[in-house]
Amino acid sequence: MTDWLHPSLVLLLGAAALPLLPAAARRIWLVLVPLFGLAAVFSLSPGTHGQFEFLGMRLITGRVDELSLVFAYVFGIILVIGMIFALHLRDTVQHVAALTYAAAALGAVLAGDLVTLYVFWELMVITSVWLIWRRGTDVSYASGMRYLIIHAIGGVLLLAGVVVYYQTTGSIAFDQIETGSPAFYLILVAFMINAAVPPLHAWLSDAYPEATVTGAVFMSALTTKTAVYVLMRGYPGLELLMWMGAIMTWYGVVFAVLANDIRRILAYHIISQVGYMVCAVGMGTSLALSGAAAHAFTHILYKALLFMGAGAVIYMTGKSKLTELGGLYRSMPWTFVLFMVGAVSISGFPLFSGFVSKTIIIEAAAVEYHGVIYLMLLTAGAGTFLSIGLKLAWFTFLGRDAGLRPKEAPANMLIAMALAAAACFLIGVMPGPLYSILPAAIDYNAWTLGHVLKEMQLLLFTGLAFFLLLRFVGGKNKIALDVDWIYRGGGRALAATVRDRVSYTNSALRGVFMDSLVAWMARVKRRHGRDGKLARSWPTGSMAFWVVVLLASLLIFGIRQP
Amino acid sequence: MLGRWLERLVSRGRLLSLITLGLMAALVVADIVIPPAYIRFPWDGLGGFAAVLGFVGCAFFIALAKGLGQLLLYKPEDYYGEEHEHEAPGPERSRDD
Repeated sequence: MTDWLHPSLVLLLGAAALPLLPAAARRIWLVLVPLFGLAAVFSLSPGTHGQFEFLGMRLITGRVDELSLVFAYVFGIILVIGMIFALHLRDTVQHVAALTYAAAALGAVLAGDLVTLYVFWELMVITSVWLIWRRGTDVSYASGMRYLIIHAIGGVLLLAGVVVYYQTTGSIAFDQIETGSPAFYLILVAFMINAAVPPLHAWLSDAYPEATVTGAVFMSALTTKTAVYVLMRGYPGLELLMWMGAIMTWYGVVFAVLANDIRRILAYHIISQVGYMVCAVGMGTSLALSGAAAHAFTHILYKALLFMGAGAVIYMTGKSKLTELGGLYRSMPWTFVLFMVGAVSISGFPLFSGFVSKTIIIEAAAVEYHGVIYLMLLTAGAGTFLSIGLKLAWFTFLGRDAGLRPKEAPANMLIAMALAAAACFLIGVMPGPLYSILPAAIDYNAWTLGHVLKEMQLLLFTGLAFFLLLRFVGGKNKIALDVDWIYRGGGRALAATVRDRVSYTNSALRGVFMDSLVAWMARVKRRHGRDGKLARSWPTGSMAFWVVVLLASLLIFGIRQP
Repeated sequence: MLGRWLERLVSRGRLLSLITLGLMAALVVADIVIPPAYIRFPWDGLGGFAAVLGFVGCAFFIALAKGLGQLLLYKPEDYYGEEHEHEAPGPERSRDD
């Protein structure tokens, strides 16, 4: 126990101490705690740490291997960057929630057994929801509540899966889960909810755009990537995931084209990008799995950068819709340039991080001769550039001038964005260090002439189509329905109708029952009541008459007796 | 400083787009001339395949999304009965300290 320090413990203690500090010291503490956490992550040595017995189960809080380390490193890095971005904020509840949330995510990727995983899984939900609620609007409250309910359902499925798994195998070890058992499906669905696999994804595009400016940065990084990690651990090579992942890449693109809210566009592109990773998990080859890990690493950095850029715009203008934005490059040039670094990274432009990670997954599809998957992933790359590098950037920062003249974002925001942008660029030009920490050594070079030619053609011609179709792609003052309609719109109306029917039928049935009860009571009363036939007091004469009848019958029957 | 730089770039937008178009043409020519490193799929040997895919893919996504939107998915913003409050720009509500 003494030879290692759990990074989550560092963050949890730091979070617990935060409210006790005087206000002036909190800002320093907010930078120090993530740095301590990051130091704890970097000091992790491969092996199994932090084991103890609990209720007869062997819990492992620290499984440190190549796979968990990739995710732990990037979670640690993004916590530092995200906290710098949130430094201007005077909201201790949100800071504590963010630190605890990151601690939970780290705990989940380091968990070596399903029970520990479940505990941290649930902790992630109940901490992250505060990053939505602290926006303080009615919309964010309702959205956070839906987020909480969906994840509560996911948590119950995971718990049920763990219980069934323990009952059938007698073990709680978290490794590849055997196909076909009920536990296999229960845990899979729980993981797929967090990975935002359609149709279980609507919580993401519903809640992330309603979160706080700073909270969305953490959320974009942690929940779905933890899900990618557990899928890699539990379900590598599951063909269903390969197809679902490829569908995800397109699904996100199509809905991002429809979206008007800038962070909703980004949220749909989380689904699209996580699709690449889920698809790679489904392929399950060592190249694909390394590609998924690499893409998760780069994705966290550029997606956080994009959420920071969009957040800075919302923070400085108070507006979040493309139809209300435009021409901001004059007033927020640094935000614009840093945002564009994220945009070209996610699109996979050579020199930036998406190029060196996304292409691994596409290559993995090619070497396995998955032609359809290969084309789907490649085309989704064009769609990514369309929505983020072109549509979002054009209608927010360039294009029509909406007349907004905000100041440039505060220094702490720009510093955080610059750190993330620098990471995106450095990984893009020097992928070596990233490749060296992947779960399996890969023999892959992104920087071949063929790759560069293909990627540049794909993206630049996407740009051509965009500008030719410019008048069709702008945001619209509308919302696009997604499957959350089932519980927000139609399903809700259906539930209300069913509820009204049931309550009407109930009251009608009660009425019928009560009426017949009353009628029956009246009948009983007539017969057995005070004046009823059976309860009347009889006159003595009739008594004497009946005695005579009795005696007479006795006489008659007695005579016939021998 | 950066703002002025960007301003200068934007004012030369036409020139920039011409340069980009030239680069695109050069890329396609290069792709046709340079033999592919490997042929794993039927389309690997076709020069400019990625360019066509990018162009058609982009148009396809726009058409698909807007078609779905017009036919089925677009609804007024208050469809769910939620009204987004307009938040003031700048510092968010200070909640403690």
